[in-house]
Amino acid sequence: MQTSTQPRFGTEELSVFYGTHEAVKKINMEFPEKSVTALIGPSGCGKSTFLRSLNRMNDEIASARVTGRIWMDGEDLNDRDTDAVTLRQKIGMVWQRPNPFYKSIYENIAFGPRYHGTRSKKKLDEIVEQSLRRAALWDEVKDRLKESALSLSGGQQQRLCIARALSVSPQILLLDEPASALDPVSTGKVEELVIELKKELRIVIVTHNMQQAARVSDYTAYFYLGNLVEHDDTTRLFSNPANQMTQEYIMGRFG
Amino acid sequence: MENNKGSAGGFARHRREDLIGKTYTYICVLLLIIVITAIVYFVASKGLATFITDGVSPVEFLFGTHWNPVGDNASFGALPFIAGSFIVSLLAALIAGPLSICAALFMTEIVPGKGKRILQPVIELLSGIPSVVYGFIGLTVLVPFISALTGGDSIGYGVAAGALVLSVMILPTITSIAADALASLPRGLREASYALGATRWQTIYRVILPTLAPSLWTGIILGIARAFGEALAVQMVIGNAPFIPKSLLTSASTLTSVITLNMTNTSTGSVQNNVLWSMALMLLFMTFVFIIVVRLLQRRNKL
Repeated sequence: MQTSTQPRFGTEELSVFYGTHEAVKKINMEFPEKSVTALIGPSGCGKSTFLRSLNRMNDEIASARVTGRIWMDGEDLNDRDTDAVTLRQKIGMVWQRPNPFYKSIYENIAFGPRYHGTRSKKKLDEIVEQSLRRAALWDEVKDRLKESALSLSGGQQQRLCIARALSVSPQILLLDEPASALDPVSTGKVEELVIELKKELRIVIVTHNMQQAARVSDYTAYFYLGNLVEHDDTTRLFSNPANQMTQEYIMGRFG
Repeated sequence: MENNKGSAGGFARHRREDLIGKTYTYICVLLLIIVITAIVYFVASKGLATFITDGVSPVEFLFGTHWNPVGDNASFGALPFIAGSFIVSLLAALIAGPLSICAALFMTEIVPGKGKRILQPVIELLSGIPSVVYGFIGLTVLVPFISALTGGDSIGYGVAAGALVLSVMILPTITSIAADALASLPRGLREASYALGATRWQTIYRVILPTLAPSLWTGIILGIARAFGEALAVQMVIGNAPFIPKSLLTSASTLTSVITLNMTNTSTGSVQNNVLWSMALMLLFMTFVFIIVVRLLQRRNKL
């Protein structure tokens, strides 16, 4: 049922309401394969709300209502008949503040696969090692997998959360300001990781940091007051924005 | 511009105010410490007199099963009451624990807005009902009901009635501690679990409850402590027989019910009176134990 208007992964007329307030307004956007799309814009512009709706996390907020369609391989994820629990396995998410479970490093990673029925110890060991390697954390923690995840530094915790998201083999990764609570060295590591991971999956990243958007993303979308103002190639958007508002925002004149 | 040294009058006044405030708080704290120490000392000296002055063997008191405080062959085995206290308290916690945790989950996870608005006042109301009212209801409703349930084989007074009344009484304690713990859980943990494709039930069962286990246990221990110390309501429904209960339907006694029943019937300084103080000492000691357990749990909670 693929039509020309349906993106492989993207949104069609997607709006998010909190009560009667329309926080995100009819967004049409496509996220190409093996690329990073950065969502930028001033606080409260709806970029995080938009990101959260992509894997139906807004379902958990009673006052939120999402209309429009989220297409993924011809399936509308925003359809009420689509099981949010199943789709979230395909769309992983990482937040601003590292939120490891109060469990060991190993258990944090083995957790998701266990949900989905992986019982074999050998298979779990494999997934844990592979996920930690993909998140560039394996060498730092391989000798302390049984220790509490909370004993890790903030930057390590964040990479652990990325590894945890990777443990269920998602096709898409949503990152909500993943580095804004980290120091510059850890931020650098997370950015390297994003660039590395896009070889395998689609990544959508919300960031407040213009340089970060320019460094890691292939496409950038500028949001303002719930509207998608401009969506373009990152280099083009930063060097020669089509819209006056985008220009002013990236020049740091407002926002 | 005003010179700092120039305002010497202000400086002296500030120091005087500080001194008054400090002295006042010190006096309050000192008063508290004196009262607590005096109570502990008083209970301990009275309670230990049974063993020191009256020559009752502590082993007999703790492990003796025969309670017959009057007469020449008086014996002071308090084990039936100690056992009774533990049995009804633990049973009450066994009933109230799961109920309270489910109620707290309902308020915070399942129906956050409405559930909390309706259940919270109900729970608060439950905790405000005086224990004599609980006992009265137990006596009038529960005891005949249990008796009818057994087809009249039992009179209804006993361990089951005591534990049920206590379980309703400790329900608010455990529920409010559990609800506070649930509310304090970082939102990110739930989201992380959902984002991995977990259902709400999996999230509750595998993330929320294990993370909060120490706090939930704290609630249950405090519930047991409350049940252990409750006297009046239990005394009204438990039947007050001085034996270790053989079944849920047999009449029994607890440390507290024996103290309230007998304290006015004994003369100060007599062995019959002193042995009640020994039981009070036992209750005090158990309170310390409960507090220590709670402290240990809270330390674990910090991770």
